[in-house]
Amino acid sequence: MSVLIDERTRVIVQGLTGREGSFHAQQMIAYGTSVVAGVTPGKGGTLHLDVPVFDTVAEAARQTHANASLIFVPPPYAADAILEAVDAALPLVVCITEGVPTLDMVRVAAALRASATRLIGPNCPGIISPGKCKMGIMPGQIHMPGRVGVVSRSGTLTYEAVHQLTKLGIGQSTCIGIGGDPIIGTSFLDAIRLFHEDADTTAIVMIGEIGGNAEQQAAEFIKQNVRKPVVGFIAGQTAPPGRRMGHAGAIISGGAGTAAEKYEAMAAAGIHCVQSPADIGQTLAAALGKAASK
Amino acid sequence: MKIHEYQAKEIFRRFGVPTPRGEMVTTPEQARAVAQKLGTPVVVVKAQIHAGGRGKAGGVKLARSADEAAQLASQILGMKLVTPQTGPGGRIVRRLLVEEGLDIKRELYLSILVDRAVEAPVIMASTAGGVEIEEVARQNPAAILREAVRPATGLQPYHVRKLAFGLGLGADALKVATPFLQSLYRAFIETDASLAEINPLVVTGDGRLIALDAKMNFDDNALDRHKDLAELRDLDEEDPLEVEASRFKLNYIKLDGTVGCMVNGAGLAMATMDIIKLAGGAPANFLDVGGGANAEQVRNAFKILMSDPEVRGVFINIFGGILRCDVLATGVVAAARELRLKLPVVVRMEGTNVEQGRQILRESGLDFAVAEGMKDGAEKVVRLAGAAAGGAR
Repeated sequence: MSVLIDERTRVIVQGLTGREGSFHAQQMIAYGTSVVAGVTPGKGGTLHLDVPVFDTVAEAARQTHANASLIFVPPPYAADAILEAVDAALPLVVCITEGVPTLDMVRVAAALRASATRLIGPNCPGIISPGKCKMGIMPGQIHMPGRVGVVSRSGTLTYEAVHQLTKLGIGQSTCIGIGGDPIIGTSFLDAIRLFHEDADTTAIVMIGEIGGNAEQQAAEFIKQNVRKPVVGFIAGQTAPPGRRMGHAGAIISGGAGTAAEKYEAMAAAGIHCVQSPADIGQTLAAALGKAASK
Repeated sequence: MKIHEYQAKEIFRRFGVPTPRGEMVTTPEQARAVAQKLGTPVVVVKAQIHAGGRGKAGGVKLARSADEAAQLASQILGMKLVTPQTGPGGRIVRRLLVEEGLDIKRELYLSILVDRAVEAPVIMASTAGGVEIEEVARQNPAAILREAVRPATGLQPYHVRKLAFGLGLGADALKVATPFLQSLYRAFIETDASLAEINPLVVTGDGRLIALDAKMNFDDNALDRHKDLAELRDLDEEDPLEVEASRFKLNYIKLDGTVGCMVNGAGLAMATMDIIKLAGGAPANFLDVGGGANAEQVRNAFKILMSDPEVRGVFINIFGGILRCDVLATGVVAAARELRLKLPVVVRMEGTNVEQGRQILRESGLDFAVAEGMKDGAEKVVRLAGAAAGGAR
């Protein structure tokens, strides 16, 4: 009942001994995530939070049989940390770091194309399969195990949507925060494809933003392939053109990437479009009810 | 980050991209001296503001003598230039670029930017020089040449050939086009630019390629490794409240409504603006206090909101994850007391420790409206802001 991560996921935390890394690793362990190793160059051989620390990702992966890595490394070093995890052939890498230079991500994107690694992020809250595994900074307690897949470019707005679902008694299979940067590892399309192929995910919530055309690409795929109900919201209907709205990727440039054009593509794909962020949960509940009564 | 044309041209020259000879001036006397030094029959006087469309707005003029250059400079300096890109408020011209006039045979368009779909820098070129590229893209998208440059291999001679022949420059032009593009590409990569645009790129009568205009934007995330570029920032070109907010590391963008917003997270902040609009109001700003905000950040954010004279009410919308609601509430109460807040404030909190947070607000003795959900909060603040505006009249 989940995609990408579950109770078998064994997580390395790159930057475990730092302030952010320590705090969130603790939260993840408390949630039940198997944090099997930390990586901090120069601190290899020590224990932190009772977790063994290694100097390199390759060594950590070899000794602990980890199959995923979570990155809390400052922006100037984040691309190097991702590339090290790719080099260690880990199947899943999640990068939380906000503020990674775009040209660094151009190099990372090229390396990812030549590898079997999937990257989520950067500049994202991470991924959670409720009740099984949490790899990220989201508050675990607002989630509930279930069958709705959630994909979003945002952090707190995703929590908002998940909270609405949980309050209505609707659980989630997996929630993926893909990140707010212009160049990211896993796109809307990739995430939607995963939920489409997952037999235990019965409905999908997608939360987009202004900027780029990733939502339109996902909508086209949904139109052609997806028969599960999909609810969509786009943040930034009132955003002025040419300004970066907090996220580096949230910018309307040259009149393209507006909320209106994304809504249009979503509506054409049969997605249940939500105009108000307060109505995401209810709209999904209604869509599920309709799907069940068919 | 944006910079001025004259600064972009200085960077171009450093990397070997040919530009017209010229200098930045701030007085008519300097304009006269530079025009004399250039010694060409015609000099160009160009207003330096961070916005395009300067020519049509009267910010670019030709002078046929040093005296005329000085006279034009005195006209343009201090002028408020309104272009489609400045918005109705316009920009005051404080600096000019005085340049040599050139013998122009053709005008082309050339730019490099990071294409998010291609995940690599893309060189764009077209024969429609002097026209906005967005306009060309709308009317004749096939007229735009695009070459993606992969980071592992970099700019290759075949890229240059495809572009040069595509622009109809001919085989002879490769001698000048190759070093030109190599220099421009290096300038783009080595400064972590997000845009390097030349519009128009001109071919002169004697077959040279020269960047008649120059625009560069830089990746804000990379400025830490380019201290020299960070110094090119011109605070006069930015909204004073946005400058103040950036000092506190707050993500703030001034808008023209009356409902001040304070939100954690960029996506939720945009969604909050949207829901205010749906409730019949208009947001006064975008403000993301960040995921790890503390009481101090909340206080700074309040200060910024209160410095905006248009704000009639404040909507605080926080989803507590890492930022706990009790910490937020303590910060809000302290800031409201210290700043003697008179505006109506609606607080909507959800998430970690929400009950303790609400209790702190209730027991503060201050007049906060506590909202149940985003929709309720947006409707409440729009109503209160409307009433506050009415009362002030």
